[in-house]
Amino acid sequence: MTYYNEMYEGKRVRDPYARLSDWVDTMPDDFRQMKQAEAEALFRRIGITFAVYGEGGDPDRLIPFDMMPRVFEQNEWRKLERGIKQRARALNAFLRDVYGRGEIIRAGRIPAKLVYQNDAYEKAVVGVIPPRGVYSHIIGIDLVRTAKDEFFVLEDNCRTPSGVSYMLENREIMMRMFPQLFRGNRIEPVDQYPDLLRRTLESVAPQKCEGRPTCVILTPGHFNSAYYEHSFLANLMGVELVEGADLFVDGEFVYARTTQGPKRIDVIYRRIDDPFLDPLCFRPDSLLGVPGLMDVYRSGGVSICSAPGAGVADDKAIYTFVPEMVRFYLGEEPILNNVQTWTLWKDDDYRYVMENLPDLVVKEVHGSGGYGMLVGPKSTSDEIEAFRAKIAADPSNYIAQPTLSLSTCPTFVEEGIAPRHVDLRPYCLCGDRIELVPGGLTRVALREGSLVVNSSQGGGVKDTWVLSE
Amino acid sequence: MKLGILHETVYRYDHPIRNFVQSLRLTPSVFEGQKAHDWRIEVSGGVKGPSFRDGAGDWIEGWAVRGPAQEVIVKIAGRVETRDTAGVLRGHREMIHPMAYLRDTGTTRADDRLRQLADSVTEAADNLDLAHRLSAAVGEAIAYRPGVTRTQTTAAEALKLGQGVCQDHTHALIALARIRGLPGRYVSGYLHVTEDGQSQEAAHAWAEIHVERLGWVGFDAANACCPDERYVRLASGLDAADAAPIRGIAIGRGVEKLDVAVRVEDIETLQGQSQSQTQS
Repeated sequence: MTYYNEMYEGKRVRDPYARLSDWVDTMPDDFRQMKQAEAEALFRRIGITFAVYGEGGDPDRLIPFDMMPRVFEQNEWRKLERGIKQRARALNAFLRDVYGRGEIIRAGRIPAKLVYQNDAYEKAVVGVIPPRGVYSHIIGIDLVRTAKDEFFVLEDNCRTPSGVSYMLENREIMMRMFPQLFRGNRIEPVDQYPDLLRRTLESVAPQKCEGRPTCVILTPGHFNSAYYEHSFLANLMGVELVEGADLFVDGEFVYARTTQGPKRIDVIYRRIDDPFLDPLCFRPDSLLGVPGLMDVYRSGGVSICSAPGAGVADDKAIYTFVPEMVRFYLGEEPILNNVQTWTLWKDDDYRYVMENLPDLVVKEVHGSGGYGMLVGPKSTSDEIEAFRAKIAADPSNYIAQPTLSLSTCPTFVEEGIAPRHVDLRPYCLCGDRIELVPGGLTRVALREGSLVVNSSQGGGVKDTWVLSE
Repeated sequence: MKLGILHETVYRYDHPIRNFVQSLRLTPSVFEGQKAHDWRIEVSGGVKGPSFRDGAGDWIEGWAVRGPAQEVIVKIAGRVETRDTAGVLRGHREMIHPMAYLRDTGTTRADDRLRQLADSVTEAADNLDLAHRLSAAVGEAIAYRPGVTRTQTTAAEALKLGQGVCQDHTHALIALARIRGLPGRYVSGYLHVTEDGQSQEAAHAWAEIHVERLGWVGFDAANACCPDERYVRLASGLDAADAAPIRGIAIGRGVEKLDVAVRVEDIETLQGQSQSQTQS
């Protein structure tokens, strides 16, 4: 299999990487090692770590940072940007629809079962239209590249996509360590993200809000693997970071306990999953949420970002229908393509997948983080047979995709510099406007040959550049 | 019928509680079979919060008691005019797609025994007939007997025991309906208990099953009938917990003691049979 190398075309260096090429070629080994150690120390000092569920070991493990940036040209990025915004509009239109009249289902374009029997479909919010009709305010869209002009969407994350703090930190650290790189290249900034996020949240404040909206970030607490990100964003946005116990419902509104007395809250950027938001509406045993929150939300007293129930738009079964959503709601052709996907609850697909397991990637419908998946070409026959048994036991829990030839980007490794596979997660903000900062988070599979970029599976991160015109 | 309803729930605590927040679904549904008059909800020491009709058509009222309080009384009083619609929930405004009620919950999950019972019904003419037969099957398989099951008892457990109360019958019937591909849901409400003096509860529960053309139809497997003018419908959900008329949570370490009294009277009949019931 050959892979698209984003920096080199044979021996030739592609245009966007021209200046970086000199930088890499002239970098002495000991200097590189010194800088890599410096970067790690910086991350450690900032405290940005990522706990990995179910793996044990050091919960404060660092996600490895690779100093070699990943670069997009302006025109490459513009096309991606249009595609991402289009997709974000379609996903929100879908959510508006399925919590309303369900036109796309009536029209026979999406099977009713996939929506109404979906675990993420919240009947408690049927008929509730959030401000500006936006359900998912921060959409992380995972993209992979297979050729110069060929990008595919791997998955959508409509609930609470994490990782944006890495996007910001990666840039911060690169600028601190290599200021000369930023003088020689015209690179679009990303540090406006916290302001844009705050503006987005404020733009979806409820009608009952008076004056400038008060926003908070609601975290499950410091045991959560993304707690660092919650506090980091709260800090940069200039809003309070709260836990469920800091909020309470009184009358028709939600308040935060503060040293100056109760403060009314208009917008909650929650980093808590739906089932834990409110014990009076969802799981009664949840201690993380705010009792009565959902009644306030449903009567228009507070906005919750993303809206409860938004997850129905992003599971891997619904994913296959996103291009259909673009056509149905927007009357446009999708700019970004999906990866071909076989859904194992269909007999034909099931047969095909079972016959071709060694060539395919198989994922759990509700899985995430790179867990519970099979990468056929990278697995032993024992692993494949074990997975086959799991699929046979519950076919409707799986989807399969071809093994994509993910593009590579030069990456610093033990021996020097070598190509490693990468993906990209841009963060699209949806409020009164749809916006995204140029670039996003590039994840890189540090193990040679590995196609799994998840940080829980040995992935690292890179700074992502979009060059100005 | 004209039914007079009094429903009082008293919470007592050893130590004072604070911030007692409740979400109440204690207002009769609006449909052709019933109409409420002078309906009042009062929570002692409470402030009324948001009130709205949700997608299921239930009227929801939030209440908050700031406290500190050692006793909180939730009191409902009012009259309901009812008429028999043969169990059909006609004229009820709701937005949730019936298929959303095909989802399982912990208390309604199917097991082999439930599947067997569901499949034992073989000669149904149509889905309405099937629903009737499933309801009858539950009534036969689970005898009415208070005190043997708990709030957390699942449909599977109740069927194994062969005994239970209206909640267990309802969970079992919902499970059976869903096994046979019919959306089923839990309904909480009141029942005016009549002549035969069977010791049934006035705070009652039954199932609704969705059948094509008719929509949602009520089935009371415990009493082998469809809800008629003796029934007052309050709220629905995937199971008992999801359809609970009162959900609340307080901050405090006090031990909670709960007293519930429900009275449903026929106020047209002068010396009408009245019935009250207390549980602790």
